[in-house]
Amino acid sequence: MSADQLPEHPDFLWRNPEPKASYDAVIVGGGGHGLATAYFLAKNHGMTNIAVLEKGWLAGGNMARNTTIIRSNYLWDESAAIYEHALKLWEILPEELEYDFLFSQRGVMNLAHTLGDVRESVRRVGANKLNGVDAEWLDPQQVKELCPILNISDNIRYPVMGATYQPRAGIAKHDHVAWAFARKCDELGVDIIQNCEVTGFVKDGNRVVGVKTNRGTINTEKVGLAAAGHSSVLAEMAGFRLPIQSHPLQALVSELHEPVHPTVVMSNHVHVYVSQAHKGELVMGAGVDSYNGYGQRGSFHVIEHQMAAAVELFPIFARAHVLRTWGGIVDTTMDASPIVGTTPVENMFVNCGWGTGGFKGTPAAGLTFAHTIATGTPHELNRPFSLERFETGALIDEHGAAAVAH
Amino acid sequence: MLLISCPNCGPRDETEFHYGGQAHVAYPENPDALTDREWAEYLFYRDNTKGNFAERWVHSTGCRKWFNMLRDTVTYDIKAVYKMGEPRPDLTSARQDATSPEGASK
Repeated sequence: MSADQLPEHPDFLWRNPEPKASYDAVIVGGGGHGLATAYFLAKNHGMTNIAVLEKGWLAGGNMARNTTIIRSNYLWDESAAIYEHALKLWEILPEELEYDFLFSQRGVMNLAHTLGDVRESVRRVGANKLNGVDAEWLDPQQVKELCPILNISDNIRYPVMGATYQPRAGIAKHDHVAWAFARKCDELGVDIIQNCEVTGFVKDGNRVVGVKTNRGTINTEKVGLAAAGHSSVLAEMAGFRLPIQSHPLQALVSELHEPVHPTVVMSNHVHVYVSQAHKGELVMGAGVDSYNGYGQRGSFHVIEHQMAAAVELFPIFARAHVLRTWGGIVDTTMDASPIVGTTPVENMFVNCGWGTGGFKGTPAAGLTFAHTIATGTPHELNRPFSLERFETGALIDEHGAAAVAH
Repeated sequence: MLLISCPNCGPRDETEFHYGGQAHVAYPENPDALTDREWAEYLFYRDNTKGNFAERWVHSTGCRKWFNMLRDTVTYDIKAVYKMGEPRPDLTSARQDATSPEGASK
């Protein structure tokens, strides 16, 4: 698809209101998750006297920095349920939000390079099918048919031994997703307040009753934290801890090319994931930088490593150039699963820990977090993803399990 | 890439090291006596400081020794490198920011 097929850039999709003295609920974080939460609070729960506070500009954090991959082929039942629900929402959201954000279900392949990979992948395909997630196992020839530019020969260090494939997976234009949610939120009466940084919370005993910001104190009945990499900083202000470590996660794009890459390819073993954006850039990412960091940048050897992996798997990329690299701050948990639920502070709720895979979860995060904030109890889909699981031991260990890039 | 001053080997590229997370987290003296909450704190909860952070590194392809480092997690500036068992340096009282170890920069 070429650039002239993109939607025209509209003038104003949302107002820029001054913060009111009080709201029924305040969402901290104006990224995809915060906006989706506000949207579902207004649409599903009739809560329209609410605000989304964003310390910078709308969707300028990880929402602007991810590689836009959407899939639901997770191993465990709890993950498959929430990510598959997200995928089903992705399928209807363009119509519901009346905004074509170019959700392209071009499929996602997760390559296997070792016997261990093959066994894990075949197992995951079985688990996915049992959970109603579309999944198939491809042999190397089938891999080649779907993605002809992939090198499936045995002249590389880790030859492709097959792949899992989820046909309904794909990519979307992340900025447009944010704008689509923001416009609908605004139409429903939600105040989106940019350049509004939270500096503290007002509490009455153990109950949160207000939010201190650089634009004054805002009274509120309820607070929802949706700040990804900065979740720990907010939690500390509120007086509790989160089992989160913030790491830089880098990504890069090449210059524009003719369409050469028809799907999305992920390899955990040689470690790169690649798709081609609608405009034509090759979009690549890999794992986090090992150290904790809030700097929105990482070390160059991480980029070098993923480029080496990409060139080995896609020899055609050897002549492409890196146009731009960047980093975001991802909020990782020990089990590589998110935390969506209540907190030790009354009327304060948290949505965090989506780590390297938050974009795909955006609609489900919004739906379940809104339900949790509005009713005070978790939705069926996010019940397992509570903060308490680190005490009960009921972890959802996608880290060792699966298609999670780590 | 970080340039890290190993206390034993001197300044080397980050790729020679591995990260070990928050420093100064002691194994509980009486694990049996811990509540689930306290055990969870030990296993899963670590500080996630924005700013100066005391952390462990190991010089995997050099002396293979662990050591501690004080690093700003926003600027990535390395403020101090010190040996295992030594207490975290107090930068505020000694104003050591201007005298960080040789080569200990990003």
